[in-house]
Amino acid sequence: MPILWLFVLVLALGLIGFVLGRMRALKDAHGDIRQLHSLPNYYGANVLFATLIPGFAVMVIWLIAQPMVIQSQVTSLIPERAYTDAGSLNLVMSDVRRVAEGLDVAVAEGAMTHEQARDIRSEFTDVRARLGAVGVALGSNVEPYVLQAAQKYRTLSNGGLWLMTALVLGAAVLGFVLSYLRTNKEQRSRNSVERVVLALLIGAASIAILTTLGIVLSLFSNTIEFFKLYPAKDFFFGLTWSPSFGGGSELGILPLFWGTFYISFIALAVAVPIGLFAAVYLSEYAGPKVRAIAKPLLEVLAGIPTIVYGLFALLTVGPLLVNLFGDGGALGVDWMKGGTAVMTAGLVMGVMLIPFVSSLSDDIINAVPQAMRDGSLGLGATKSETVKQVILPAALPGIVGAILLAASRAIGETMIVVLGAGAAARLSANPFEAMTTVTAKIVSQLTGDADFSSPEALVAFALGMTLFVITLALNIFALYIVRKYREQYD
Amino acid sequence: MNDMRIVKRDVDMNDTKISAKGVQVFYGDTHAIKDVDVEIKDKTVTAFIGPSGCGKSTFLRCLNRMNDTIDVCRVEGKILLDQEDIYDKRVDPVQLRAKVGMVFQKPNPFPKSIYDNVAYGPRIHGLAGSKADLDVIVEKSLRRAAIWDEVKDRLQAPGTGLSGGQQQRLCIARAVATEPEVLLMDEPCSALDPIATLQVEELIDELRENFSVVIVTHSMQQAARVSQKTAFFHLGNLVEYGDTQQIFTNPKDERTESYITGRIG
Ligand SMILES: Nc1ncnc2c1ncn2[C@@H]1O[C@H](COP(=O)(O)OP(=O)(O)O)[C@@H](O)[C@H]1O
Ligand SMILES: [Mg+2]
Repeated sequence: MPILWLFVLVLALGLIGFVLGRMRALKDAHGDIRQLHSLPNYYGANVLFATLIPGFAVMVIWLIAQPMVIQSQVTSLIPERAYTDAGSLNLVMSDVRRVAEGLDVAVAEGAMTHEQARDIRSEFTDVRARLGAVGVALGSNVEPYVLQAAQKYRTLSNGGLWLMTALVLGAAVLGFVLSYLRTNKEQRSRNSVERVVLALLIGAASIAILTTLGIVLSLFSNTIEFFKLYPAKDFFFGLTWSPSFGGGSELGILPLFWGTFYISFIALAVAVPIGLFAAVYLSEYAGPKVRAIAKPLLEVLAGIPTIVYGLFALLTVGPLLVNLFGDGGALGVDWMKGGTAVMTAGLVMGVMLIPFVSSLSDDIINAVPQAMRDGSLGLGATKSETVKQVILPAALPGIVGAILLAASRAIGETMIVVLGAGAAARLSANPFEAMTTVTAKIVSQLTGDADFSSPEALVAFALGMTLFVITLALNIFALYIVRKYREQYD
Repeated sequence: MNDMRIVKRDVDMNDTKISAKGVQVFYGDTHAIKDVDVEIKDKTVTAFIGPSGCGKSTFLRCLNRMNDTIDVCRVEGKILLDQEDIYDKRVDPVQLRAKVGMVFQKPNPFPKSIYDNVAYGPRIHGLAGSKADLDVIVEKSLRRAAIWDEVKDRLQAPGTGLSGGQQQRLCIARAVATEPEVLLMDEPCSALDPIATLQVEELIDELRENFSVVIVTHSMQQAARVSQKTAFFHLGNLVEYGDTQQIFTNPKDERTESYITGRIG
C-alpha cells in the first residue's frame, strides 16, 4: 500500500514541521512569547500546512490525472479493428487491466521475474495458463495486443507511482524547508493560518453545492436519453402508467402525480392542524416543565425511520381502516377493498409530518416578539384571542413556509407509500383505493434486472428530475416566504 | 438639572382611584416590591420615579395584573380599584385589563392596519354595535391620541409603517379605545426622540381630563413636567410619595433628595 505509506509519511513530515517551526519561532524570540507576533502554535501550524498542502495537492492531482494519461497511452496500442464503439473499447481496456493485475500478482508470488513479466510474448508463452497457475483466471486466451497493452500499462503505472512518490515528497519537503526558513518572530503566522481555515471552510461549503449540481447533472443526461426514446408529450400528459419491459409501455406521469398529490394532501390535512395546535400549545400555553418534556418527545417522532412508519401503516392502520370502511366493517359502507390505500398512507405520513410542522411553527411563533402578546393581553384579550388575532396573523407567512417545507417532504416520501398505499398507478378520486406515487415508481423501475438503455428504466430518471424540479420550486418558494417574514420585525 | 421646571397646575384632589396596601412582589426568590402602600387619585397623573431595577415596572404591572402572565411572579397584599380588590378570585383579569389599560415602553403596534390596531380592543370587548359605531370609536380615539390628522388618510396602511412617535401615539389610541378608567404607561417616551416625546407629554396632560394616568419614567424632568403626584421607589421600597412639587422642591427623605439631585441613580 505505497499510497497509504506516502500519506503517512507526508503527515509525519508535517507534524515534525509543526514541532520544529514552533521551536524556531520561540528560539527567535529568546523564549519570550510576548515578542512573537502570534502564539507559538501558529508558527507550528504554519509549517504544518506548508508541508501538507503542497504534498497532498500534488498527490490528489496525480491520482486523478494518472489514469487518464495511462488510458490514452495504452489505448493507442490497441488496434482499431479490436473494437467497434466506445463500449467495447471499455471491455478491452478492462481485459488489459486484468492482465496487468495478473502479471503483478505473478511477480509478487515469484512465479515470474520482473523481466519475464515485461518481455513475455503471447506468441511464445501461454499467458493464460501461467496466470491461471497463480490464481488469476482469464476468460479467453490473451491476444498479443492485449498483452502488450497490459505490459505498457504496468510499466506506466509503476513508473507513475515512483514519480508520484518523488514529486509528492519533493513538494512536501520544499514547502517544509521554505516555511521553516521563513519562520521568525515577526512572521504573521496567525493571519496565514486564518487564510487556510477560510479556504477549508469554503471548500466544505462548495462540496455541498457541487454535489447538488452533480446530482442534477447525473439525472440530466439520463433524462435526455429517456426523452430520445419516449415522446415528452406522452410522458407529461399520458393518463396511463403501464410499463412492460417487453416493449409497448405507456409511461404517463399523471396517475403517479395524482397519487403523489392525493397522498400528500391527506398527509398535510392531518399534519397541519395537529402540528399547528401542538405548536401553539407548546409555545403559548405550556409551562416550562411541560415544554421541556413535550417538545423533545414530539421531536422524537421525527427521528423514527420512515420504514417503521411504513410497517405501522401496513400492519396497524390499514387493517384498522378496513375494519371501519371495508366490507362488513363497523360503518357498513364497503368503500375499502384492502389495507393499502391512499388514506392509509396519507394518515401515517401525516403523523410523520406532525413534528416537522410543529417544531418549525413553534420556532416561528416564538419569534413573534413578546411585546405583541403584552400589547394584546394589556388590552384585555384572552390568550386564545391573542393567538388567533395577533400571533397567528403575525406568524402566518412563516407558518406557510413551514407547511410548504412539510409538503415537499410529503411529496418525496417513499417507504410509507410502498408499504401503505400499494403499487397500482391509478387515477381515482376514492381515497380508499390503492394508488402509488412518483417516488415509489422510481424505486420499482430501477430494482430488478433492468436494462439501463430501455425507456422503462430510464423513465425513473425523468420521474426523478420532474420531482426534483417540483420540490425545488416548492422549497425556493417556502424559503422566499420565510425570509420575507423574517424582515418584518426589524 | 437646571432646566427643570415645575408646572403648577390646579391639582383637583378628588377621590382615590386605586389604593394599594402592603403589596409584596416576588420573582421566585427575588423580593422585588417590599410592602408598598400607595393611593392613586382619579383624574391625576401619577409618576413613578426611581433608579433602574427598583421595581417601578413591576409595581405598575401589578395594577392591571399583567404580572399574572409571568410564571415565577407572585403578588401579595391588597390592591383596590374603586374599593374592589382586583386580586379577588371573582375578578377576571381579562376584564380588569380592559378597565386598566397599558402603554408599553417600546411602541408595539400589531402588524395590522392602523384602523384594525385601534379597533382591536373594541372588537374584542364588543363595544361597537355596528361598523359605523366602530368608525366613530376609532376616530375619537385617534383624535384623543392627537394623531388623527396625521393618519386619517391612510387608516388602512400598516401601523408598523409609522414613525416611532406616531406608533406610540397609535398605541395610546389603541389603549384609549377600550374606554379604560386608568391608563398605565411604562416609560412611554424612552424609545422616542425629543419632539415625539413632547407630543406624547402634551397628550398625557390632556388624557388627565378623562382618566387616571400612572406613568413610569426615568426622566425626572418628565415627571416634573407631566405629573401632579410623584412616587419615588428605591430597591423595592416606596420611599416617598406626595405632590410632585413638594417631592422636587422639598423632599422629606434623604434618598429622594440624593436621587433628584443626581447623587444616586
Ligand atoms: N420577569 C422577571 N423575572 C425575574 N425577575 C424580574 C423580572 N422582571 C423584573 N425582575 C426583577 O425585579 C426587579 C425590579 O424590576 P423592574 O420592575 O423591571 O424595575 P424598573 O422598572 O424599576 O427598572 C429587578 O431586580 C428585576 O431584576
Ligand atoms: Mg422598567
